[in-house]
Amino acid sequence: MKKTVFLGALTVAGLVAGVASAATLDDVKARGAMNCGVTTGLVGFAAPDANGVWEGFDVSVCRAVAAAVFGNGDAVEFVPTTGETRFTALASGEIDLLARNTTWTFSRDTDLKFDFVGVNYYDGQGFMVPKALGVSSAKDLDGATVCIQTGTTTELNLADYFRINNISYQPVPIQTNAEAQQQYLAGACDVYTTDASGLAATRATFEAPGDHILLPEIISKEPLGPLVRHGDNDWGDIAMWTLNALISAEELGITSANVAELSAAPTDNPEINRLLGTEGDLGAMIGLSADWARNAIAAGGNYGEIFEKNIGEATPIGLARGLNAQWTDGGLLYSPPFR
Amino acid sequence: MSVSEAPKPAFRLSQLIYDSRYRSLTIQVVTLALFCLGLWWLGNNAYANLDKLGLTPDFGFLQTRAGYDIGETLIPYDSSSTHGRAALVGIFNTLLLAAMGCSTALVIGVLAGVLRLSKNWVVSKLMSFYVEGFRNVPLLLWIFLIFAIFTESRPPPNTFKPNADGIAENEMWLGAIASTNQGTFIPSLSFSTLGWVIWLTLALALVAVYFLAKYAKKIQSETGRIVPVLLPAIGIIVVPLVVAYFALSAISSKTEYTFVAVGAEQSMDLATYSEAIGRPDYCAIGSETGAVNGRRYIEEAEVNFRRRDFFGQSDAQSAFEQGTCNLIAVPVATAEAIAADLTEGLRNKAVAGVLTDRYMEGQAIEVSYPVMSPKGIPRFEGGGKISNPLIALWIALSLYTGAFIAETVRAGILSVSKGQTEAAAALGIRPNRLMQLVVLPQALRVIIPPLISQFLNLTKNSSLAIAVSYPDIRGTLGGITLNQTGRALECMLLLGIFYLALSLAISFVMNIYNNRMKLKER
Repeated sequence: MKKTVFLGALTVAGLVAGVASAATLDDVKARGAMNCGVTTGLVGFAAPDANGVWEGFDVSVCRAVAAAVFGNGDAVEFVPTTGETRFTALASGEIDLLARNTTWTFSRDTDLKFDFVGVNYYDGQGFMVPKALGVSSAKDLDGATVCIQTGTTTELNLADYFRINNISYQPVPIQTNAEAQQQYLAGACDVYTTDASGLAATRATFEAPGDHILLPEIISKEPLGPLVRHGDNDWGDIAMWTLNALISAEELGITSANVAELSAAPTDNPEINRLLGTEGDLGAMIGLSADWARNAIAAGGNYGEIFEKNIGEATPIGLARGLNAQWTDGGLLYSPPFR
Repeated sequence: MSVSEAPKPAFRLSQLIYDSRYRSLTIQVVTLALFCLGLWWLGNNAYANLDKLGLTPDFGFLQTRAGYDIGETLIPYDSSSTHGRAALVGIFNTLLLAAMGCSTALVIGVLAGVLRLSKNWVVSKLMSFYVEGFRNVPLLLWIFLIFAIFTESRPPPNTFKPNADGIAENEMWLGAIASTNQGTFIPSLSFSTLGWVIWLTLALALVAVYFLAKYAKKIQSETGRIVPVLLPAIGIIVVPLVVAYFALSAISSKTEYTFVAVGAEQSMDLATYSEAIGRPDYCAIGSETGAVNGRRYIEEAEVNFRRRDFFGQSDAQSAFEQGTCNLIAVPVATAEAIAADLTEGLRNKAVAGVLTDRYMEGQAIEVSYPVMSPKGIPRFEGGGKISNPLIALWIALSLYTGAFIAETVRAGILSVSKGQTEAAAALGIRPNRLMQLVVLPQALRVIIPPLISQFLNLTKNSSLAIAVSYPDIRGTLGGITLNQTGRALECMLLLGIFYLALSLAISFVMNIYNNRMKLKER
């Protein structure tokens, strides 16, 4: 009997999820704002600034999608999620889009019933150690105490890597990036491991970033991307093609500075025209206005602009484009054509 | 001849409502039926909806590879163990925490409860200060506070490493205990292969003490004579243990040990072997004296090696078969057999040989101290470790529940009427005997039932371990496993069943004790 009561309580949650997943675009439009799940605070990717306005690399994706739908990049409610709560939040309909350094994996895509709409950052798991530890390679970490965010793929990669290399270690599971930072700086763990981009972002907030190094080993493939609930393909398409529009915009040389000018009248380049809605009606095909891509690009610029502004080499995070360059520059960013 | 009996009134359905004999029964049956129908509706609804979402309960994930490591385990576990095994690790950690917490909370509670009734003003006020302070602040805050004190105020382990001049920033307490922000490192005991004899001796001695106490009580209730128990009990426990220790040490200090090494050729010694292989991986069962002294032997030979500690023979065996270990300490007598056995099981078809080195197993019980590792990342090797989350939880749970138990004890003592103590005092019973023979036996009847609830509270509160990342059952099965597999329904169901079973078991045992202690009415 206890079991049935328990299941009964679950039913309610199930029903809520069922209703929410019906037609996300209509829900979002009716609400007047999109709910976007982000981290609880990772400088450069998603963190509120001094005025409480969310900004960052992942935040810009949320804003671009909101701009594509509403024409206004501020029509977003940001919902901070932890590594543990993010999937429940998305599945239950609390958020419409999750842009939170989430690794695209088979089981998340299939078993957990989500759809990844693309990759906005190609990452890999790395290690950060204090210089004073005197370690220059992850292979020297035998016996180290390692801080690790629990409930993430990094936890599994870490166990596999150390097992393959026959290195012993002591895991210290922690819940949030802030807690990891505090424990790491207090010396309660010798090593902090998470995605290399996250490590760089964390290090940028230290008082003395120069005292800490990132080890050269990258031990996993971590394609990070935004994701939506499985089953509402219309909404998934909007998110996917907004991301592709940002990537294509960089490839085609459309920036936040010249987008207004380029979309005022048809240009010589038909692909730019189709993307910006001055030719054809791609917007109508996904249920949006003709200038959806123009709005998305105007909200925060193209992919390259977003990257340089939030996490690029000129910022304290200081990440190079690397794998995240356009395919024409030897990177992996490759948007399907807009036609 | 016809006998006319009064006609029996036939039962009519309307009686169920209008006849007061049946009415209350009808109402109860209908209510029960509606209640069951309601439950069935909820359950059926849940099943239908879960089925639609493709979320039918499936416990198969418990048999799949967990893939994550756990920092503190009481049973053998590594990342290739199953999710079921990880849950078991969590269960043992929960049981450890509950057992530690309950026993300390009881001691603290009884002391604080008795002392709060003390006639000494300072003592009684101090105790009321403790009780009010702890029971009026949420437990979670105490856990965070105590954990923060340990991680923020203690130095990191590397400050215990001596610098070039041989001076360390921090010294170990008594040269044996180091409290750091990663945990407290303490000495541990290792036993020789015959160590089980010592445990057996201890168990027999405890049984003997039990019967002595029973005998003393019998004599007292029959004749009133008080038979001394404490000193004889200490004698009964200590003397056989000392005898057993020396007898076993005489054997084990003459037992020769050697090493079996993978890939070792005929009559190779440790130095040449390690030169040939580079850096051997020495695998040992951490609680065996022979293995601990084997490590010491390798260290003294100044051979570069890596060590791994295991819980049992089968673990070490499988580590060898997978090739993560290649050096093990064994008794000379069985060395050849073990080498042959290993050679058979090795996956990479290598041959295990016996090295020419010999050393003695050592004493029956030896103490292994934590020492700073000479090379690599500064860390403590050998000895045992109590992690900070465990200490913080232990202290917080004990002090918090202890405050409630103190109040229970105080209430119990106050419930014994003054006449009882005055009568006993009039008979000339001394105050400490008075408490032991007159007050406490009567107070216990009042204390035990609420004490059971406090133990249950503490056990369930141990699930707050998640706040400081202690790997209890909530942290493994209900935390990492749930996250990695996404099987929330199954994990939460199992968690509920576990806590229910544990709580019922605790109240079952405590109720047996309660029945023995309560007033016998004849």
